[in-house]
Amino acid sequence: MEGVIIGTLLVMMAAVTVVIALQRNLFSVVILSGVYSFLMATVLVALDAVDVAMTEAAVGAGISTVLFLSALYLSRGEELKPLHKPLLPLAVVIATGAALVYATLDLPAFSDPGAPIHQHVAPRYINDVMRETGVPNAVTAVLASYRGYDTLGETTVVFTAGIGVIVLLRRLRSGKKEPR
Amino acid sequence: MKDYLVLRVVAKLMIVFMLLFALYVQFHGDFGPGGGFQAGVIAAASIIFYAIIYGLPAARTAVPDWLVETMIALGVLIYAGVGVIGLIAGGNFLDYFVLGHDGVHGQHRGIFWVEIGVLVTVAGVMLKVFYLFASRVREEG
Amino acid sequence: MFAGADHLMYGITIFIAMTGLYIVIARGNLIKKLVGLGIFQTSVYLLYIAPGKLIGGTAPIISEQFKVYSNPLPHVLILTAIVVGVATLALGLALVVRIREAYGTIEEDEILEQGESPAAGTITTTQV
Repeated sequence: MEGVIIGTLLVMMAAVTVVIALQRNLFSVVILSGVYSFLMATVLVALDAVDVAMTEAAVGAGISTVLFLSALYLSRGEELKPLHKPLLPLAVVIATGAALVYATLDLPAFSDPGAPIHQHVAPRYINDVMRETGVPNAVTAVLASYRGYDTLGETTVVFTAGIGVIVLLRRLRSGKKEPR
Repeated sequence: MKDYLVLRVVAKLMIVFMLLFALYVQFHGDFGPGGGFQAGVIAAASIIFYAIIYGLPAARTAVPDWLVETMIALGVLIYAGVGVIGLIAGGNFLDYFVLGHDGVHGQHRGIFWVEIGVLVTVAGVMLKVFYLFASRVREEG
Repeated sequence: MFAGADHLMYGITIFIAMTGLYIVIARGNLIKKLVGLGIFQTSVYLLYIAPGKLIGGTAPIISEQFKVYSNPLPHVLILTAIVVGVATLALGLALVVRIREAYGTIEEDEILEQGESPAAGTITTTQV
C-alpha cells in the first residue's frame, strides 16, 4: 500500500517536472516549482523521513518560492524565447539517464533489512541514542551531537551565503554607484 | 496591502501563531520532528509575512537591519562558542559530556545551545536576503 | 508486485533528475536554469532517502511502542544538503539580479552576444 502511494506521488512529480521544462511563462514555472516541493515533502513523509519533509516544505516550498518571486520581480524577463532544436542536450540526458538506470539495477531491493545500509553505523545510533544523549529524536541527536562538526560547517555555509548576498546586493548609502 | 481589512486582521492573528510555532518546533526538536533549521525558516517566514502585509518599512522598524546582521553572526558565534567552552572545560572541541554534571545532562545542554545558534543564524540569513531583494526598487533606464 | 516495483521507483527518480539536468543545459533563461538545478537536487535527495526506508518501520524517533526504525543517517545528510541548496539558490539569484542590471537581460544567448562590453547603465536600481 505504501508502495502505491509513493509510486503515485512520484508519477505526479515527474509530470510536474515535464510541464516545468516545457512551460515558458516564468511566473508559472516558479509556482510549479513550489508545487513540486510540496509533492516532494509528501513523498518524504511516506518514506518516514519526517525531519527532512518539514525542512523541504519550509525551505523548498516557502523560502525558495519567495526568493524566486523577488528575483523575478527585479528581472522582468517574463517569457522565454524559443531556441533552435536542442538535440544534443537531449541525447546527453538520455545517455546519462540510461547509464544511471543501469547502475540502479544493482541497488539492494527496496526495504530490505539485510541491506548494507542498515548494518554498521545505523544500528549503533538507534540502539545507543537514548542511553548516550537522552534525546529520542535520533536525527536531532546525530545532527547536533554525533555529527555536530558537520552541522557547524553547514551553519558556516549559511552564514557565508548571507554575507555573499549582502556584498552582491548592497548599495552605498550616499547614492553613489557600486564600484564595478 | 494594509488597506485590506481582512488581510490585516488575519495577519495579526497568524503572525503570533507562526512565531509561537517556530519556538515549538525549535524546542520540541528533541522529541519530534523539528530542530534549528526548520524553526529558523518558520520564524523568518513570519517576519516576511509581516513585511508583505504591512510594508517593508514597517518590518524594518520592527526588526531593524542592525539586529538582523547581528543575528547572522551571533548564531555561528554561539555554536563555535559551545565548542570552545567544551575545550575550556577539559574535553575536545564540541565535546558535550563535560558541560554538565553527568554525560547525558551535558549532552542536553550542548544540543540545546547548538540548536539555538542554528536558529539565530538561519532566521537572520533568510530575513536579510529577503530584505535585500525586496528593497531594490526597479527603474528602467 | 514488489519485485520490479522498487526499480520502477528508482527509474522515475532518475527520470526526474534527468529532466532537471535537461532544463539546466538546454534552456537559456537563467532563472529557469536555477529551477532545473533545484529539481535535480531534490531528486538526488530521493535517491538517498529511499534505500533507508523499511516497510513496517517508522520515523527514527525512539519510543517504546516501535521496534523497527528507518535509517536516520541519510536524513541527517539530506537535511544539510537542503539547507546548503537554499544557500546556493540565494547566491545564484543575487547574481541573476546583478547580471540583469549589467546586461539588461537574463537570457544566456543575449548575454553571450553582448560579449565583453555589456550595455552598461541600461537598468538602474536603487536601494531604499
